[in-house]
Amino acid sequence: MANQPAQILDEQAKADLEEIEIRLLTEGIFRHYGFDFRDYSLPSLRRRVWKRVYAEGLSTIAGLIEKVLHDPQSMERLLLDLSINTTAMFRDPTFYLAFREKVVPLLRTYPFVRMWHAGCSTGEEVYSMAILLQEEGLYDRCRIYATDINEAVLQKAKSGIFPLSTMQENTSNYITAGGSGTFSDYYTARYDYAIFRPSLRENVVFAQHNLVTDASFNHFNVIFCRNVLIYFNNALQDRVQQLFLQSMEMFGILGLGKKESIKYTKVVDHYEDVDPEEKLYRRIR
Amino acid sequence: MSAPQQKLPPGIRAWTDGRVEAAALRAYELVVIGCSMGGMKALMTIFEVLPKDFPLPIVVAQHRYKTSNEALPAYFRRHTALDVVDALDKQWVQPGTVYLAPADYHLLVDRDGEHGELSLSVDAAVAYSRPSIDVMFESAADAYGQGVIGIVLTGANADGARGAKRIKQRGGFVIVQDPQSAESPSMPEAAIAAARVDRILPLERIGPFLIELCRSTSP
Repeated sequence: MANQPAQILDEQAKADLEEIEIRLLTEGIFRHYGFDFRDYSLPSLRRRVWKRVYAEGLSTIAGLIEKVLHDPQSMERLLLDLSINTTAMFRDPTFYLAFREKVVPLLRTYPFVRMWHAGCSTGEEVYSMAILLQEEGLYDRCRIYATDINEAVLQKAKSGIFPLSTMQENTSNYITAGGSGTFSDYYTARYDYAIFRPSLRENVVFAQHNLVTDASFNHFNVIFCRNVLIYFNNALQDRVQQLFLQSMEMFGILGLGKKESIKYTKVVDHYEDVDPEEKLYRRIR
Repeated sequence: MSAPQQKLPPGIRAWTDGRVEAAALRAYELVVIGCSMGGMKALMTIFEVLPKDFPLPIVVAQHRYKTSNEALPAYFRRHTALDVVDALDKQWVQPGTVYLAPADYHLLVDRDGEHGELSLSVDAAVAYSRPSIDVMFESAADAYGQGVIGIVLTGANADGARGAKRIKQRGGFVIVQDPQSAESPSMPEAAIAAARVDRILPLERIGPFLIELCRSTSP
């Protein structure tokens, strides 16, 4: 490596320093605020941190460390950057179709169904599931625990109010997902917003829960955690999968994001495929 | 479109030189390719000539419709000796395999010890694109430094330009499709304008050049 141009060595030194700064930032946040981002996947974390550095008018991650440790409001803003996962109603419609066709028949045999939607973000997919369960006549015996690390997004989720501009895509997803009604029956349009029927959240409990630091809080027949684990590194994915396993009833259903797989985690032997393409699994041991 | 007005590195006759200078022969670790409009055909032209034992993993960000179907990898597999798959989160990359960024996700590259590892994100689209070529290229540059070969192909926007610049900053090698041979020249032109790229080659010559460039790389 001795004959590398000085410029490239400089860039390497900068990159090494950047990694040190990110480690210091996550360590500081953990010690001071208790939020643990230390095992978040580095490439996405790096992008999100830099986005906040620039948004705060700063030029270094070290500058951001100082700011978030002394100014809780800037920590709130960083927390949003680090925890909001963009989603849509019936995101990956074929996942919901598979759930309808392959999981709903199993759930019909249960007197009561407890579901956990872990990392529900702004709630679009919780309302999607509530609509599906209502249409299948199962909603009245279901309870959905919808949790997220971030209190601000939970407030949004609780409101059930989403931008009207997203309804075209949502409607098309709903149809592909096997919706049996008319999507617009589920909301009232007001100005630029769609207000969803309060009956959809009658059996939903929204609560703050941190997958990284909080323990199991119940046993579930269904656990959804979609496009959340992609932000975690391998070690943390394994830990959270253990948490799900502890929280999962025998023969319970695990639903992951379309491009997530339990193949690369240590719990793989506890599950069988329900629909491998849609990442629906069933606990068998 | 003429070649950029930059000083040529020693040993190169022209930016379109198909020979590989000694300084560029090193152990590369990863190829990243970005393309948009017209990308299918362009990718195929490159993949067709690469052998099954091509020593590097190839990671591709192609702008795709959100709902684009799952048949894309199968379609590519029929035309190449390489294995072609849709990327999964936390998957380790293997030589001789092409990993396509799934529709509606960003695809980032990381390291897990010795292994190259893929990581997905559903963060907001960057310049209206998810997958974003810049996001992928920048992550590759950060994780692999001078071990990266970046290739910018046809496309009707400027995605990939920032990423190509980052790859160059970190000492990687960048090849851009000659805009004249591109179905849509904007993306190659933007990359050439943004970064001090190493080669501007007609599409048909990119595959053979890549093989030559990697001849001292063992899988």
